[in-house]
Amino acid sequence: MTTFLAFLTSGLVVGCIYALTATGLVVTYMTSGIFNFAHGAIGMIAAFVYWQVAIGWGWPTPIALFVTLFIVAPLMGAVIERLLIRPIRGASVDLAIVITLALLLLLIGVASVIWKGTAVRIVPPFFAGHQVQIGSLSVTYHQVVVVVVAIIVAVSLKLLFSRTRIGIAMRGVVDDPDLAAMAGASPARVQQLSWALGASLAGLAGILLAPLVNLDILTLTLLVINGYAAALVGRLRSLPLTAAGAIALGLMINAAKIYGPDAGRIWQPLADVIRDNQAVIPMAFLFVMLVTLPSARLRSGSLIGPPSPQPAALTSALIWGGVLIAFVAIAAPHLSSSNIVTGSKALIFALTLLSLVLLTGYGGQVSLCQLTFVGLGSYAMGAWGGGSLLGVVAAILLAAAAGAAVALPTLRLRGLYLALATFAFASALDLVFFNQVFGTGGSFAVERLQLPGIPTESGQAYITLLAVVFVLCSLLVLAVRRGRYGRQLAALNDSPAACATLGVNINVTKLAVFAVSAGMAGFAGALFGGLRGQVGPNDFVALASLTLLLVLRVGGINTVSGALFGGAVMASFPMLQEHVPSNWPLAYLLTGIAAVSIGRDPNGLGGRIAELAERLRANRSGPPADRLRASQRGDDLELEEVRLVGVAG
Amino acid sequence: MTGTAALELRDIVAGYGRIEVLHGVSLAVPVGSVFALLGPNGAGKSTTLQICSGKIRPSRGCVHIAGAHVNGAAPEALAKAGVCRIPEGRGIFPNLTVAENLRMWTYATDLSLREVQEKAYARFPRLGERRTQLAGTMSGGEQQMLAMSRALVADPGVLLLDEISMGLAPLIVAELYEVVRALAAEGISILLVEQFARTALAVADYAAVMTQGRIAMVGQPADVADFVSEAYLGGAA
Repeated sequence: MTTFLAFLTSGLVVGCIYALTATGLVVTYMTSGIFNFAHGAIGMIAAFVYWQVAIGWGWPTPIALFVTLFIVAPLMGAVIERLLIRPIRGASVDLAIVITLALLLLLIGVASVIWKGTAVRIVPPFFAGHQVQIGSLSVTYHQVVVVVVAIIVAVSLKLLFSRTRIGIAMRGVVDDPDLAAMAGASPARVQQLSWALGASLAGLAGILLAPLVNLDILTLTLLVINGYAAALVGRLRSLPLTAAGAIALGLMINAAKIYGPDAGRIWQPLADVIRDNQAVIPMAFLFVMLVTLPSARLRSGSLIGPPSPQPAALTSALIWGGVLIAFVAIAAPHLSSSNIVTGSKALIFALTLLSLVLLTGYGGQVSLCQLTFVGLGSYAMGAWGGGSLLGVVAAILLAAAAGAAVALPTLRLRGLYLALATFAFASALDLVFFNQVFGTGGSFAVERLQLPGIPTESGQAYITLLAVVFVLCSLLVLAVRRGRYGRQLAALNDSPAACATLGVNINVTKLAVFAVSAGMAGFAGALFGGLRGQVGPNDFVALASLTLLLVLRVGGINTVSGALFGGAVMASFPMLQEHVPSNWPLAYLLTGIAAVSIGRDPNGLGGRIAELAERLRANRSGPPADRLRASQRGDDLELEEVRLVGVAG
Repeated sequence: MTGTAALELRDIVAGYGRIEVLHGVSLAVPVGSVFALLGPNGAGKSTTLQICSGKIRPSRGCVHIAGAHVNGAAPEALAKAGVCRIPEGRGIFPNLTVAENLRMWTYATDLSLREVQEKAYARFPRLGERRTQLAGTMSGGEQQMLAMSRALVADPGVLLLDEISMGLAPLIVAELYEVVRALAAEGISILLVEQFARTALAVADYAAVMTQGRIAMVGQPADVADFVSEAYLGGAA
């Protein structure tokens, strides 16, 4: 009985904290239509600010709370809304994802710079040492505080949204921002207020959570995934359902913790499974919620943003591919071995990014777990491949199967949910699978690919092989893009509704592109393992997949040159890192800054270069009329038609 | 047309993204008059109204309201300054109750919530019966009454009405046009877009016909009626 009460209490407390997080998330999502992936990071920053003010500077607790929750956090929310969210109002879902992910990385980066990792920071619980005794159960004051705060927040939000004009306006803006403006309520102001409110709620959750877990940048940031899962229970709209979902999740996590070992009395393996997989409960919960969501209505496209650059022509792709291979082959003997490793990594990252070009750039599907597929590829090569070609096949198949499995539950849903599912998948494998099979901080041997008659052992030979593989895969991706399937993908990206009307099976198209892209990432994984000889869980952390996507976005998400650029950038981070203090996470800071500034242009740097080249060529080739005709030949004409159908639908 | 114009458009060019919709529209609504803007689908009537209420910024040309140049003013600023547009479809918040919708109307008026409610319920008693119902669950006619109640309480300087009769039964259209007449009698300047030419012309002091993003004709309602039925719609209206 005591165990049960203890379970109920701790489950309820954790659930209440998740409810606070999830509520803030839903409030901002409802009023701005933007799902804030950085919500947890905002809470994390607030918790650190609170620590700084209350512990670091020793200010009295009430003042520290006031400063954090009513000044710093709302200000942060309002500034974020003004600088990052307002400019992208009405933009596509994937841009919103990119911007908030960039913010997530940026906040992590900033926190690492300000609060160096070495010091131990402890946020004491509220009223530490005090507890109430209920029968045989003792409940700490902190636990009581959490529950009371959650209730107060719930009641205040209810009053805010039903009784006050500004609260009603917040709901009105969700319904129809244009009408709200016509009625005289500024949607931008209302939205800014809701972001300030959301940030305060995130901060509150962070401060209450910090004493229960460590005051650690990543832990606090990623705990918000539990909030995502809860928010999905309320379909990102209903606050009461969100709170209920959060509490259910809190109870579930604690049930596994407290009752998991008891399962051993029935069947020991079950208890082991529960013990090893506790960390994935929120992700599993999130997946179940995704499966139960109703299908999204097919939406027709709209002409947002500039048109994508033309895929490179076969001849120019062949020429540039040849140039790349020749360059690598000629340069390799003159490079130091460490530079060869960096170059090889760049090519492998480029191959991984190429899989994202296909998936996200052409297909418009967002994946936040591409590096996880790379990890699976490395695993397959190491476990079953032994350096044979069969290992490569196994790597591709395993990753492709995983990709299909992740995509399957979310095919019917909007892009945002696919992003959530992939993020949850990446976190789950990061926390459990990679740590178990590779061993925490451990290493896992992967043999290098052996080809009959072709040397691969030396670094020079291997980097040349990598260049050949990258060029071949690029040609494949370009061929896909120019073919019938590529047109389907582009059409799907522009307007799912128009595609369905034309008789394209949307689900099969999406599933196929996801599997092919994951397979390509798996291929990269097999090669990555072979380059390093051994891999560890740290090579495939979930956050690195976000960096990957953002770097590609900056480089140009729909061009092969973007992938090559991104690969070079990813590989050069460790080199750059040597020149700055170790608590400056350059990969996060630079990527975050670049993505919030350049990331708004979907074509990125690669697109700009392609545009420039096009303009130079056009200048050479004569008057503008010819250019117009040239750009409307063949494939592109069909695409234009699909776009127009999308607009009309 | 005499006196200053409540609303004047000069050579407006505007569009959506890369598509130009209005190719130089000029019109003036004299103070206290009702101006009917007619025309077929896609002529640019709604776009013209959206220009007036600040939702779309013209790429060229000027918008003057009561003589002041207002290009680029935010819709909410114009709303507070006395421009009230009732949009096409239903200009209500479907997931708010009737009472909450009325609360939203208080942003652009000096009236208190109580006064807003009294005024709206007096004109449309049916709204009073449904004050706690979600607006989106009411009938189309009731929704349009709720939308029109905003014009009623806002006491606007310029009222822009976008096809308020669309999809409604004739009896309800008649009831809504009673309100338009009453507002016109109070001296409110009204620019009204309609597809039912006859209904609109019956209340209008001036009328214009738009086709393909241009004003094809401006004149007295009687002249425009002839133009519409003979030349434009081939006698169908």
